[in-house]
Order: sequence, then C-alpha cells, then structure tokens
Amino acid sequence: MTVAGETGAVASAAGDGRPLIAVVDYGAGNLVSIDQALRAVGADVVLAHRPERLAGADALIVPGVGAAAPAMNRLRRRRLLDPILAWLADDRPFLGICLGLQLLFDASDEDGARTLGVIPGRTMELRDAPRLPHIGWNQVDLRRDHALFAGIPSGSNFYFVHSYAGVPEGPGADAMTLAETTHGRPFVSVVARGNLAGVQFHPERSGVDGLRLLGNFVRSLATGATGSPADSAGAVPRDLAAAGARGA
Amino acid sequence: MLCHRVIPCLDVANGRVVKGTNFIDLVDEGDPPELAERYAREGADELVFLDITAAPEGRGTLLDIVERTARRAFIPLTVGGGVRHVNEMRDVLRAGADKVSLNTAAVSDPELVTRCARRFGRQAVVVAIDAKRVTEPDDAGAEPRAPVKWEVYVRGGRAATGLDAVDWAARAAALGAGELLVTSIDRDGTRSGFDTDLLRAISERVSVPLVASGGASGPADFVAAVRDGHADAILAASIFHRRMHSIAAVKAAMAAAGIPVRLTEEVHA
Repeated sequence: MTVAGETGAVASAAGDGRPLIAVVDYGAGNLVSIDQALRAVGADVVLAHRPERLAGADALIVPGVGAAAPAMNRLRRRRLLDPILAWLADDRPFLGICLGLQLLFDASDEDGARTLGVIPGRTMELRDAPRLPHIGWNQVDLRRDHALFAGIPSGSNFYFVHSYAGVPEGPGADAMTLAETTHGRPFVSVVARGNLAGVQFHPERSGVDGLRLLGNFVRSLATGATGSPADSAGAVPRDLAAAGARGA
Repeated sequence: MLCHRVIPCLDVANGRVVKGTNFIDLVDEGDPPELAERYAREGADELVFLDITAAPEGRGTLLDIVERTARRAFIPLTVGGGVRHVNEMRDVLRAGADKVSLNTAAVSDPELVTRCARRFGRQAVVVAIDAKRVTEPDDAGAEPRAPVKWEVYVRGGRAATGLDAVDWAARAAALGAGELLVTSIDRDGTRSGFDTDLLRAISERVSVPLVASGGASGPADFVAAVRDGHADAILAASIFHRRMHSIAAVKAAMAAAGIPVRLTEEVHA
C-alpha cells in the first residue's frame, strides 16, 4: 500500500516546526486524501495502525467511512481503542471525521454497535431525508464562531457522504453543537468541546474551504510553538487555492 | 440544501483520458491527474475515473494513476473499472478513491455489491449501469415514442445481459448500492442530450442518489436531467475535455433555473 510505504518511515517532525498528526488507520477507506491535505496545510503525518505510532504526535485524527461495528472491531484488534480513549480523556487535540465523529457517541443505530461514549448521545439515521445516503455538497451553518472556522463563512459548502449522524444529548448538547446542516431535517454537522472537534463532512475532500479548516486545525497546534502569526488563520497558500473550487 | 453535483468523467484507457462515441472510436484527451486538477480548480463537485479497458481486458484498476489523481484534487473521486472482489475495492479505496463503481462484476456477481457495502458502507459503493434502449417489436415503423424498456450492457458496453435496466437499478439499490451511475449507451458521446425517460424511470424506483451520464451537449441538458430526469448529479466528459462549455457556465444555467448548486469564484468572476 503506497501510503504506508511512503509515510510509514516519517515518524518525526523534529526540527522542522511542522506539527505531527497521527491519522488512525484501521484498515478501510481512503487515507490518501487526508494525508495529502494535511501535508498541503503544513503538517507531517504518521498513519497509526498500532498504538506505538501515536507516540510523539501533536494531534490525533480518526477518519473513516462505513459502519460502526466493523470499525470498533478493527480498532480493538489493533489495540487502538484504549489509547484513543486515553487521548480524549486528557483533552489532547483531536479531530473526528465522518465515522470518526460518530464513534465518539455512546452507540450507533446503524448496527447497534456500542461506541466510545465520549459524547452523550446516539448515532441515528437522518430523518425525513429526500434521498439516502446523503451524498454531495451541503451548507454548514455555524451557531457560533470557532477557531476551526476562521476565514470560513457560515453557510459554506462541504462534502458529505453518510446516512447516519450523531445526536448529542444531555446538558452539554447545545454547548458542543458548533454547526448544523439540513438534509430533510437539520442535523448536527460539527461538534466542538475543549480540544475535541468532530465534523460529519469530509474536509479533505471539500476543496479550498476544507483545506482552510484543516489549516486552522494544524495552526491551532502550532500556536506558541512556531510563532505562526494569528492573522494567518484561514489563509490557504495560493498554489492550493488553485487546487480546489472556492465554496461560495 | 443539498446541491446538485456536476461531475466531469475521466474515461481512462492505458493510463490516458480518452473519449469515444457510443463506447468506441477512442480519442486521446489528456493526462488523468492534470485534468483532475484542472476540473477541481474550475469548480467540479466530484470526479469519476473509469478505467474503461480494465474489465474487457480482465485486469485490475491502475492504482498508481488513481493515487496520483487523488493527490492532485481535493474533491471526491469515484473510481470504476476492473473491481471484482472486496479486496480489490479495498485497494482502490486505499489508493485514494472515496467511492468505487461496480459494473460488469456486479452483474455477474450481485452479492459482491452486498459484500462491499457491508465492509465499506453503502455510501462507498456505486453501481454503474450502462443501458441501451430496447425497441419493442410493436414499435417497428411506428412514430417514435417513449421506449418501454432499456437493457443492461456490460464489458464496456460490448455485451448484452438480457437484464431490464430499471429492474436491475432497483435490485442494485436493494443489494446495497449507495448511488447509481446510469449511462445511456445510445446517447453516450453523441451530444444529443441525456435520456431523461431512462433517468426518471429509475429515479422513481430507487431512493438512493442517481447520477446521469451520456449525451451532454450543453447547459440546458444538465437542467433537463434534473428537472425531467430527477437526477441528483450529472456527469459529462467530452464537452468539458474539449472546453465546449465550462463547469461554471453549466452551474450558472442550473442556478438560473432554480437548481441548487455549489457556486464557485469563477462563476462570479
């Protein structure tokens, strides 16, 4: 597999000031896009298919598509469940993408799987959706400002491909709901709490605004470490701007 | 509100983008990664990469070109051609595809659709259907009218299957396809408009998203595919490859017709 071969040897960001992001690899799905996008916005990437590879990482990203039960089984088999839970318990920088967000909830209606239980609530099928799966570009409506969306206006389009979404419950639900998207009815498309964030869409496949979001995430790790000017938030290098359409 | 997607299609043969008429007479149109980057820049919502010589030649997908293409464009990539097993789908996803399109293999092994959906989720499984109009004997010599049936063809449009396209579409969705990519063989490369009768017949039978393909000549066809064909996304190749129409112009026409689309800076420029 070319990604593992290419990035597997690069385990350290030492000396170059680029944050090192561990992308959890549990054996299914496209990691090329997230690898390419993170490198494009100034991070080094290590694909973590076993717990040892989380060592030295500044942030953890759990990507993924598909169903919860096989994902949980693969994480367990690769001894990654406990390290991920410990990472979250310490409130270290974390981004869940699509299934990686859904796994943070207590359980999934999709196959009845018990998931990580870090966010109270369940992953449920989208209600009253005209078509499922929900595939394509849809608007992310922000409820409040957040560093992750610096330079990205509310209502910008991001790419979704899913049928289920997490439904936060309990007293903290409103506080951690950062954005909603409507397909049939509104659902929670972004959550944020402390250093934890989760997006139901795919920023690595969402053109320039997706790169902006990942760039904001990466810069938040470098704050204080590299002296990146705060006013660079939301900026995308010009050559990257050429690589994707600007969301209107 | 979910936007209707405009999807340039890269038909790849021997590592080059090609385009034919009615699935034959291939003409070289360029390098896949270069075209992918150009289309992402011009506002494409997604890309479809079809290795059209894989199935007829009985070999796997060109993984290195898939990866180089995926790394050049930060928009979703669907890859089809030559995937016959779950492990081959895994390899294509790991090379950078977000969705995999099954065509010939799904017809010969329908359970493959279910196995792939179970492993990777139905949203990653596209079933591509190449359909050709069947003229009923009663219609011979009669005035042209809406055809009653379409037949599924496989192996790059070379082999008839006897399957009814609308029935197969419904079955594919029931088996686990998360999206259908429906190409009219009659219209493919002819620039005579999409077969909206075929699209609507399938759209009414399934609840998964439907991608229209085959016959685009200009912006009005994209509007018709949505309005009359009830398509969720529209795919085209030669009109974009040859710069006959820009993606921005197509989207502007769709927006003017009240169809939600993702507008890009080039539209406003």
